[in-house]
Amino acid sequence: MRSTLFAFIAGLVFGLGLLVSGMANPAKVLGFLDLAGAWDPSLALVMAGAIGVAWPGFLLLRRQPRSRLGLPMRWPTAGHIDRPLLTGALLFGAGWGLAGFCPGPGVVALGAGQPGALVFVSAMLAGMALFRLFDDTRRLR
Amino acid sequence: MIGLAAVLLMAMNGRIAGISGILGGLLQLRRGEVAWRAAFIAGLLAAPVLWLLVAGPPHIVVEASNAALVLAGLLVGFGTRLGSGCTSGHGVCGLSRLSPRSLAATAVFMATGFITVFVVRHLLGGA
Repeated sequence: MRSTLFAFIAGLVFGLGLLVSGMANPAKVLGFLDLAGAWDPSLALVMAGAIGVAWPGFLLLRRQPRSRLGLPMRWPTAGHIDRPLLTGALLFGAGWGLAGFCPGPGVVALGAGQPGALVFVSAMLAGMALFRLFDDTRRLR
Repeated sequence: MIGLAAVLLMAMNGRIAGISGILGGLLQLRRGEVAWRAAFIAGLLAAPVLWLLVAGPPHIVVEASNAALVLAGLLVGFGTRLGSGCTSGHGVCGLSRLSPRSLAATAVFMATGFITVFVVRHLLGGA
């Protein structure tokens, strides 16, 4: 129960962070990705800021055997750089550059009632479902 | 605030704040995995509502056409699951953990994002 509450708070703070920083605005994201146009580098600082906060935080948490609520610490374990990772990142980058939306900002813009975000998030969920189909058939082979 | 949220979720729930992973896992409806994921997404959805109440409508401008949004959504949905992460999971959390895998993914999606915008805006003249 408390884990649900803290997940909600984390989502809320994350969403507010995306709004404060302008990450939730696709027009600003595209401005950042447009190196050849009127380049707006401010989002690089947003990312650097987020990493600057999370890095020491994660470093301290690394030593914890369990979370504050007694849950297991699920650190990602995959370490190798393989083709699915790079192909996935390639497809994601193309989609990101096309609309200026990545998953978090898409959901936040949906919460703001943006019709465009509804189109994007629906298609994104469809893309995720499509991946599951693809992944299932790949495993069966 | 983004970094703080990521640390909070790890400290309390022992989970990485990767939005695509949280959403993708929600599609599988596994026992014990639904509540916290749904709550995190609900928090994301609630953020602009809170923002609206305090500061007025957030500044969000969508330039892409519906066709471009559909294609982008499909690419982002499929790509983030195949590549196990997006800007939050690989970009923020992964780089903060000094993960070489995330560094590689971030470099690739950043580069592809730059190239896509260049092609769409400067070679094709807008989407």
